[in-house]
Amino acid sequence: MILKDILLQLSVRSVRLHFLRSVLAALGIVIGVVAIAAMGMMGANMTLSVTGELSQMANNLVVTAYTGGGGFMGFGGGGGSQSREEQMITENQFRDIRDIAGSYGTVYYVYSQSDSIETSDQWGRATIYGLDPDIFAEVLELEEGDYPKSTTTVVIGPRIAERFGLEPGSKLVIGDSDEGSTATVRVVGILKEKGMSMDLNTDSAIVGSEKLYTGIYGGEGEYRQVNIVLDDVDNVDTVKEEILAELNDRDDEVTVQDSSSMLESITSVLGTITTFVMGIAGVSLVVAAVSIFNVMMMSVTERVREIGILRSIGTQRNDVRRMFLYEAGILGIVGGVIGAVASLLIGYIVVLGMVGTTEFFFTWQSLWYIPFAMAIGIGICIISGVYPAWQASSLDPIEALRAE
Amino acid sequence: MQAKSRPVITLDRVTKVYPLQSGDVTALNKISLSINEGEFVAIMGPSGSGKSTLLNQIGCLDIPTSGTLTLAGRDVGAMNDRELTDLRLTTIGYIFQKFNLIPLLTAYENVEYPYLMKHRKNDDTGHVRHLLDQLGIDEALSAHKPPQLSGGQQQRVAIARALVNDPAILLCDEPTGNLDSQTGIQIMEVLAQLNRRGRTIIMVTHERDIAAYAERTITIRDGRVA
Repeated sequence: MILKDILLQLSVRSVRLHFLRSVLAALGIVIGVVAIAAMGMMGANMTLSVTGELSQMANNLVVTAYTGGGGFMGFGGGGGSQSREEQMITENQFRDIRDIAGSYGTVYYVYSQSDSIETSDQWGRATIYGLDPDIFAEVLELEEGDYPKSTTTVVIGPRIAERFGLEPGSKLVIGDSDEGSTATVRVVGILKEKGMSMDLNTDSAIVGSEKLYTGIYGGEGEYRQVNIVLDDVDNVDTVKEEILAELNDRDDEVTVQDSSSMLESITSVLGTITTFVMGIAGVSLVVAAVSIFNVMMMSVTERVREIGILRSIGTQRNDVRRMFLYEAGILGIVGGVIGAVASLLIGYIVVLGMVGTTEFFFTWQSLWYIPFAMAIGIGICIISGVYPAWQASSLDPIEALRAE
Repeated sequence: MQAKSRPVITLDRVTKVYPLQSGDVTALNKISLSINEGEFVAIMGPSGSGKSTLLNQIGCLDIPTSGTLTLAGRDVGAMNDRELTDLRLTTIGYIFQKFNLIPLLTAYENVEYPYLMKHRKNDDTGHVRHLLDQLGIDEALSAHKPPQLSGGQQQRVAIARALVNDPAILLCDEPTGNLDSQTGIQIMEVLAQLNRRGRTIIMVTHERDIAAYAERTITIRDGRVA
């Protein structure tokens, strides 16, 4: 029925008559739609990919000292210069935790600290972990080499190995001689790439024994965090509740995090970033809206006489309005559809480049951004056409007929 | 033939004033006149006399500043834009000097357009086709866009368009003004024939020999009937 509409016919023919101009105006919408869809899909794929990685460690619990805020703290335990006032898990607390959780899985303490490191020709920062040597084989996976067997040997993450060009046998200095004690250590192994994680972020870290760590920084028996690897993922809530009941009996002493709380905060951060980036992409749609508006105003100006004729032979104002809104809608739909097809292609490339995997590209959470961006593009086009259409419909038929 | 008795248009002291910064311009000054059903009236007068303004009032493109204009029994002065537009669609057929066909539509679609606006559906009765045939626009010509037609052909299409909703009044604004005299005569023959079949025609012209086709001539001077 609507395809037979003579007003729609007029709009289609008007767009066709000014083909190049219309294509250029629609191109703005294409770019806007692609930008929004690609950014949205990138965000969605990042979130899905991180979620995928994190859910593999749904059986992990991280216990940190209660800091009052209750916010997300132990992001792998690194970061920031350490001060002694920082809340740590004590040896007693660790023993209590082990008593509760020991029967459900592996419990181990983690010393950690961000510090400067130095090789023969480079300088940088890294997270330094200190662990109980007995636990190495259980929680660390080697790519090559061996686990450290003395207080002068370490294993390092693959990223740091790449960045500093280190391999088993290389030497490096931990700590800054201007600020405190330093230690020269030898790399004996490189760890497997692990990706983002909540218990230990070893990809850019140096892991040594507890003795090596306390030798440099002191603070024996003051742990940054206690990690629990449960044998059965179903026990997450039980263990969490038992620890909280026991240790936070009188005062809030510890915070227990499972991967869901970490997932939540990462998803929320990624969500904010995605929205922000999409907002920037949306600016291109504003530019497109201006160009649509311009083209529509031109169309109205050029067709003043035609509007006068239509009005004088009995076309109602709202029909004239409809005709111009159709025209804007056509530009929007053409731009939106081309934009949707292009976003599939460009989105794929962006996701491949920025996220590194297109594993999650063809999921609805990711592809949903295509119709979303398309709808925004078409909507913006129609909104841009409202004023020109209103102006066309308010023309005085006598004046309009006089136009040349 | 119908009895030419019932007035279809009545103007009672119709005044049109255009407010301008340099002072108000009175285009029509208390004009009173009456046109009966089936009449063929020519309106003459020098340029600036107000004849176009008069035609715009009768054509419902504008409403009088004061006075009463009754068209097919309805008071035009009291109408809103929607009602005026509806009256233009159903009661008035407009024929312009410059034909004023829609360049984006074919000849056939130009004629069908007012039909579509009125009935909100395509013409499946053959009415449009029949009208075009009567005016000598065959099927091949009706598929053309207006710029591909000659002046005479365009005016014939315009007449068909004006007639498609069977209006009570046919308004012609210098219908032969853009045509050579031979074609002009042909168009006037068409109009005269329409009048003989009972159509009320009001025509603005400044050519005496064109006005001669009408049975009554009203001359306007300085916004008054002379």
